[in-house]
Amino acid sequence: MKQLFVFIRKEFYHVFRDKRTLLIMFGLPVVQIVLFGFALTSEVKNAQILISDNAKDINSEQLIAKMKASTYFTVDETPISNNDIEKEFRKGNIKCVVVFPANFGNDLQHNGKAQLQIVADGSDPNTAKTMINYLTAIISDYQQQISPAATLPYLIIPETRMLYNEEGNGSLNFIPGVMALILMIVCTALTSVSIVKEKELGTMEILLVSPFKPVLVLISKAVPYLVLSLANFTLILILAVFALHVEIKGNIFLLFAESTLFIITCLSFGLLISNTTSSQQTALLLSMMGMMLPTMIFTGFMFPLENMPLIFRIISHVVPARWYYIIIKSVMLKGLGFGYVWKETLILIGITIILLGIALKNFKIRLS
Amino acid sequence: MRVLGFILQKEFRQIFRDKSILAMMFVMPTVQLIIVPLAMDFDVKNINLSIVDHDHSSYSQKLISKIGSSGYFRIISADGSYSEALKKIENGTSDVVMEIPSSFEENLVREGIQKIGISVDAINGTKAMIGGSYLNTVIADFNSNLEINIKNNPTGSSTNQSAIDITYSNWFNPHGEYKYNIVPAVLVLLLTMIGGFLAALNIVREKEVGTIEQINVTPIKKWQFILGKLIPFWLIGIIVFSLGLLVCRLVYGIIPVGNISLLYLFAAVYLVALLGFGLLISTFSNSQVQSMFVAFFFMMIFMLMSGLFTTVDSMPAWARAISDLTPVTHFIRVMRMIVLKGSGFADVKMEFAYLVCFALILNSWAIWNYRKTS
Repeated sequence: MKQLFVFIRKEFYHVFRDKRTLLIMFGLPVVQIVLFGFALTSEVKNAQILISDNAKDINSEQLIAKMKASTYFTVDETPISNNDIEKEFRKGNIKCVVVFPANFGNDLQHNGKAQLQIVADGSDPNTAKTMINYLTAIISDYQQQISPAATLPYLIIPETRMLYNEEGNGSLNFIPGVMALILMIVCTALTSVSIVKEKELGTMEILLVSPFKPVLVLISKAVPYLVLSLANFTLILILAVFALHVEIKGNIFLLFAESTLFIITCLSFGLLISNTTSSQQTALLLSMMGMMLPTMIFTGFMFPLENMPLIFRIISHVVPARWYYIIIKSVMLKGLGFGYVWKETLILIGITIILLGIALKNFKIRLS
Repeated sequence: MRVLGFILQKEFRQIFRDKSILAMMFVMPTVQLIIVPLAMDFDVKNINLSIVDHDHSSYSQKLISKIGSSGYFRIISADGSYSEALKKIENGTSDVVMEIPSSFEENLVREGIQKIGISVDAINGTKAMIGGSYLNTVIADFNSNLEINIKNNPTGSSTNQSAIDITYSNWFNPHGEYKYNIVPAVLVLLLTMIGGFLAALNIVREKEVGTIEQINVTPIKKWQFILGKLIPFWLIGIIVFSLGLLVCRLVYGIIPVGNISLLYLFAAVYLVALLGFGLLISTFSNSQVQSMFVAFFFMMIFMLMSGLFTTVDSMPAWARAISDLTPVTHFIRVMRMIVLKGSGFADVKMEFAYLVCFALILNSWAIWNYRKTS
């Protein structure tokens, strides 16, 4: 037992001496939380639209004033011929063009019907769709305004309630995702180099000829990263609560227990990589470049999982971050108890045992 | 020049000896490029809906069947009570609960107005917003088609059709498919990861293993050394880029509308900038882990700020400034413009200037920062 502590202390020294890595390890979540909380939004704002008003009558001007008042776009008003639209799009600044035909107001007032053309730059479908939705809403609003007779005598009014997120905080969804992503990458990458580094530098031999049990080498490698990752997790939580004003609705102990479990899963995965690769470079490339995008995608916090092809939905079942994301979302944001997440917890435990098993099996106590 | 030739020979030999890394360099981006865009679909479809119908009248039935046939919603359950339906939201099987109160039809006919309750799981903001607004649209449509409304309004014409007829068109991508937007950007991202990580690991590896001392005692000039490190990765990057374009064409059917040589010109300058950045990190770090983490840190920022997932326009001003300072933003923008819209050099000359600046600054910094004395 005393031996184990000595070795754990040695590993801690390794970790604490590398100040820069430590700094990054704790700086990463800070930056991510700030970005996700304040800079990134799935809404569309300040998109530039170009309005080409060939009518210049009361109706078109009223409608344009309404569009200008909206905070979603910045409006540019230069008449443009249909052939020049493509040229504008190619320059890339204008996202959408609204064209009023020459006798817009006249048609509207006399025929009760007028044409309006919206051309969107579809190379960014998300923006294009959102812009068209916004514009349509503004136009139909205007219609109501000019012909109030169009209101219906019998109405069903939907009353919408936003559960768990009354203020419509856009970053709420990202927080559990960022947690899963950072823990996954940081734990896996750090652990994955720890053994391979000893192999590469030749110090592994010294460890293996000592009377110290080889399995304990693995354990002593994992413990410091477990502690660090928990500290990291605490930092993210504090940031989420104080910087982003996210309320932790569930039991905080449960949150920590589940996170510890997830960290152990990542550590096992890191050990597995470490045991099967022969150079730090390969281990790092595998654990960072190989894991970053898949973790981001299969967790389901950026892209809805149900949109993916069936095979990916099947693959996503073996990605531990996915289960952790569900657990954190339920416990932290919805305030649910263990009764709701026991299934996901069991799956995580299962994945951990399998990973650890393979890692131990691949741990060679003889040098080749 | 001859000295540079020797360094290149050494570097290439080193690269070709490590088969696992060589395979990783080509296979990983190709595979990821094939897989990743398939998973990136922002479209909100199949919103799971739970219905609590306390009324069971003909109107409520009609409303439900109208929602069911709208194509956006999948009605997964009809529950007896709200709390039962809420459980479905809690365990994640349902996204939206619609509660129709008792005497819904009676009130509607008598009072002319009737509320129904909709509760949305708002943790996923986008889905909640879109789900809620789809539901509102369907209900508004249902309103205008209600029999009593049509009966009470014999003229009827103005309510059923809008006076302003809007025609939409989505140029460059008529069906609004995400792959056109995502695939070129993912290609840039993968190229960035390969180039950035490999370059970041390279010099520091020599430092860690100790072989850098052998180079330091030779008359190799600083710029020769950096250039010697840069050229092999630059070639690899160009090959990866070509492979990526091939994948775009064969797997996704995306054929660049614009000029291919313009695309390569940008790729060439971008790679120089990017590799310079990686080498710069490498000259600053003492160990591979350190270098990798610094690279990862920046890679994360690049990825999130580049407009790959969310548009740059929607960011606040300070974030847009940061976004402009990352080379990835410019290359992704150019890729999308050239590949999808066929922009010419005149349209993208500003981006070109940006990239050239990045390339010059980062590489001269890397050369300056590389010390032959420890």
